[in-house]
Amino acid sequence: MEEVANLMHGFATVLEPFNIGVMIVGILLGVIIGVLPGLGGANGVAILLPLTFSMSPTSAIIMLSCIYWGALFGGAITSVLFNIPGEPWSVATTFDGHPMAQNGRAGEALTAAFTSSFVGALFAVIVITLVAPLVARFALQFGAAEKFGVYFLAFCSFVGLSKEPPAKTVVSMMIGFALAAVGLDHMTGQLRLTFGFTELLAGFDFLIAVIGLFGIGEILLTMEEGLQFRGKRATINPRVVFQTWLELPRYWATSIRSCIIGCWMGITPAGATPASFMSYGIAKRMSPRGKNFGKGEIEGVVAPETAAHAAGTSALLPMLSLGVPGSPTAAVLLGGLLIWGLQPGPLLFVEQKEFVWGLIASMYLGNIVGLILVLTCVPLLAAMLRIPFPVIAPIILVLCAIGAYTVHNNPLDVVMIMVFGVLGYVLKKCDYPLAPLVLALVLGDKAEEAFRQALLGSQGSLAVFWSNGLVGSIMLLGLIALFWPIIQNSVARLRPRPAV
Amino acid sequence: MTTLTTRIAFGALAGVWATGALTSTPAQAQWKPTRPVEFIIPAGTGGGADQMARTIQGIVSKHKLMNTPLVVINKAGGAGGEGFLDVKNSRNNPHKIIITLSNLFTTPLATGIPFNWKDLTPVAMLALDEFVLWVNAETPYKSVKDYIDAVKKVPPGQFKMGGTGSRQEDQIITVAIEKSAKVKFTYIPFRGGGEVAVQLVGNHVNSTVNNPIEGVAQWRGNKVRPLCVFDGKTLSYKETIVDKMSWSSIPTCMSQGLDMEYLMLRGIFMPPGAKPDQVNFYVELFKKVRETPEWKKFMTDGAFNQTFMSGAEYAKWVAKEEQRHRELMTEAGFLAKK
Repeated sequence: MEEVANLMHGFATVLEPFNIGVMIVGILLGVIIGVLPGLGGANGVAILLPLTFSMSPTSAIIMLSCIYWGALFGGAITSVLFNIPGEPWSVATTFDGHPMAQNGRAGEALTAAFTSSFVGALFAVIVITLVAPLVARFALQFGAAEKFGVYFLAFCSFVGLSKEPPAKTVVSMMIGFALAAVGLDHMTGQLRLTFGFTELLAGFDFLIAVIGLFGIGEILLTMEEGLQFRGKRATINPRVVFQTWLELPRYWATSIRSCIIGCWMGITPAGATPASFMSYGIAKRMSPRGKNFGKGEIEGVVAPETAAHAAGTSALLPMLSLGVPGSPTAAVLLGGLLIWGLQPGPLLFVEQKEFVWGLIASMYLGNIVGLILVLTCVPLLAAMLRIPFPVIAPIILVLCAIGAYTVHNNPLDVVMIMVFGVLGYVLKKCDYPLAPLVLALVLGDKAEEAFRQALLGSQGSLAVFWSNGLVGSIMLLGLIALFWPIIQNSVARLRPRPAV
Repeated sequence: MTTLTTRIAFGALAGVWATGALTSTPAQAQWKPTRPVEFIIPAGTGGGADQMARTIQGIVSKHKLMNTPLVVINKAGGAGGEGFLDVKNSRNNPHKIIITLSNLFTTPLATGIPFNWKDLTPVAMLALDEFVLWVNAETPYKSVKDYIDAVKKVPPGQFKMGGTGSRQEDQIITVAIEKSAKVKFTYIPFRGGGEVAVQLVGNHVNSTVNNPIEGVAQWRGNKVRPLCVFDGKTLSYKETIVDKMSWSSIPTCMSQGLDMEYLMLRGIFMPPGAKPDQVNFYVELFKKVRETPEWKKFMTDGAFNQTFMSGAEYAKWVAKEEQRHRELMTEAGFLAKK
C-alpha cells in the first residue's frame, strides 16, 4: 500500500498549476511532432530537451513525457488520413485505418485509434504502478537468445496472415531484410552492401522507406485513380466520437490481448513497433472478423494502437529501473535524467521517490489530458479529407520531403523517398504486400544482431534457443504462429469426422 | 600567433584550474557565429558522447554563452562515419562542430572509409573517458587475479566479454587483456553501454569494460563490481559510491598485472579550412563551459579525467593516439581489407 500513498503524493505534485500548464504545452507540441512525418518523438524530445534545463527535474520530465504521449497520439492521425505513418509503430495502423478513411469513416478510425491508445497506456501505467520491481527483474532475464525469440515471434505471427500468396509475402520480406542489411555490420564493424558509396554508410532509414512506400506510393495510386480521395464523402459529424465509443466495448478481447502484448514488448525491451505488428497479426488470426482485416475493420485499428501505446508506456520502466531505454525516445529521456543529475538504475525508485512517482502520476493525467485534446479535434481532422486532392497532394508531398530531410539533414533522403514511392507503387500494382517489407526493414538488423550475439555466446550451437524455459516457450509460440494455417487446416479436416 | 596565445592562455589556465579561481578570459575572440551552430554527434542518442554534447548544449543555452543557438544532431550511421564525412565535406563552414570519441580513429581504420582526423580542424580536448573492468557483484571474483584465474581454468572462449560495437575501443581493450593475461574471451558486441551493463547484471555476459558513467548506476545498486581501471593512476574522485568504495579505491589494471592503459578522447573538431579566430572562439566557449557547476557535476558523476588541451598540443596528442590505435588494431587484425 506504500505505492498508493506514494502515487497520491505524486498526483499532488503533478496537480500544481505550473505542472498542469507544462503538461498541456507538452501534449500539444507532441501531437504536432507526431503528425509531421520524420520528426519523430525521439527527435522532438531531443530538440526540446534544452528548454527544460531551467525547470525542476519533475516539471521537466512531465513536459518531456507529455511530448512523448502527444507524439504517440499524433502518429495515428496521418496514418489514418493519408496513409503516411508519422511514427514506426503507426505503420500497422494504416492497414485498416486508411481504408476506413477511404470509406468515409475517418472519424471512427481516429476515435478508435485515440481511445485504444489511451486504454493501452492506462493498462501499462497500472502495471508499472503495481509491479514495477517485479517487472524489472523479468527484464533482466532477457539475453540475446530471448531477444531473438521475441523478434522471431513477431515475424512468425505476421507471415502467412496476408491474403496474398505466401511466396509474395516472403519475397517482400526478403527485400526488407536485404535493405536492412545495408550499411555497417554491427557484429564485425565492417561495411556491407555499400558498393563503395559513402552515402550508403548509414543504411536505409526506416522512416525514409516508410514515407516513400506509403505516402508517395499512395499519392501515385490516387493520381492513377482519377485525382481524388475517395474519402471525399466524409461528413462532419460531431457525434462520431460517442457513436464509436458505443461500438468499441465489443472488442474487449482484442484490447486485453493487445495490452498484454504491448506491455511485454515494452518491458523486454523490444519496443512499440514489433508490439503493434504482432498485435495486429494475432488479432487478425483470432478475430471472427479476421478476413475483413485490411479492408477497413475497426478492430484492425484497435489492436495495433493499443499495443503500441502499452509498449511505449511500459518502455519507460526498464529505463527508470535499469537504465536501459526501451525505445529511442526513452533513450533521449535517459540522457535528460543524467543532465538533471538523476541516476537511472535500481536505486532511483528508492532515492528519488518524488521524481519517480511524479512521473508515474503524470502518465495517468497526461494521457487523460491528451485523450480529451485529440478527441475534440477528431471532427476537424476528418474534415481535412474534404479538401480536394489537387490542393492537398502538393502539401503532403512537401511535408513528406521536409520530413525525410529532417531525419538526417540529408538532401539525398528526399530523392530516396521518391525512389521508395515508385517501388511502393510498383509492388502494390503487382499485389505484393508492403507490410512484411516494412517489418523486415525495421526489425531485420535487430533480429540478426540478437541471433548472432546468441550464437557467439553459445559458440555456434543453435541449442541456445531452447536452452531455458523462457526462450524455449517463446520459440515454440513462434513456430505455432508460423504454421498456424496448416495446424488450423488439419484441425478443421479432423473435426467433421467424429460428427459423421 | 593565435596558437601561441592559446598555448600561453592554456598554461595560465592550467595553473589556476585546480583552485577554480579563473575569472578573466583573453579578449581574443573577434569572430562570432552569425547563425545557429550545428553540433554533430557521430554516435546514437543516449550514449556517452550524446550525453556530453547535450549537457554542453544545455549549459550553453542556460548560461547564454552564445548569441545563436547550438543545435545537436546525431549522425551515427556507419559507426559514426556518416558524421565525420558530413563535417569533412563542410569545408569553410564555421557554424559546424563535432564531438568525437575513439571512433575518430577506429571507424576509418576498420571500415576503410575515406576519412582521417587530419581532414578536420582540431579545436579542443574536453576530457578523457575512463574504462573499468566490471564483473557481476554476485560472482566471487574480488580482484583481477581471481577473475583471470577463473578464466584460465575453463576452455578458451568460455567466458564472455560484452562491449559496445565491433573493432572499437571495448574490443581493443579486450584483445589487450587477452594478450597480457594469455586468456581467450568470446567478445559479444552490443549497441550501447547501457545495454552492455544490463547484460552483465542479468548474467548473460561475464565481464565488461564499460565507462564509469555507463556502469555507475548498477554499481550504486550493488549489482556489479569494478575490478580495475585502465588508467595510469587511480582516479581522483573520493566520494563514496557504495560500501565505503569510491572511484579512487579502484586499483589500476597495470598494478593488477594487466598491461593496458586506455583513455578515450572526448574532444571537439571543426570542418577543414577553419580560420584561427573561429577556432579560438570555440576554444574560449568550451573554457567557459568547463567553469560551470553543471559541467563539474557531470565530470564527477562520470569520473572523467579532466585533461584539457587545445592548439598544437591537442593536435600532437591526437596524432600520437592515432598511431597507437593503428598499432593496436593492426596487432588485433582489425584493419579493413584493402
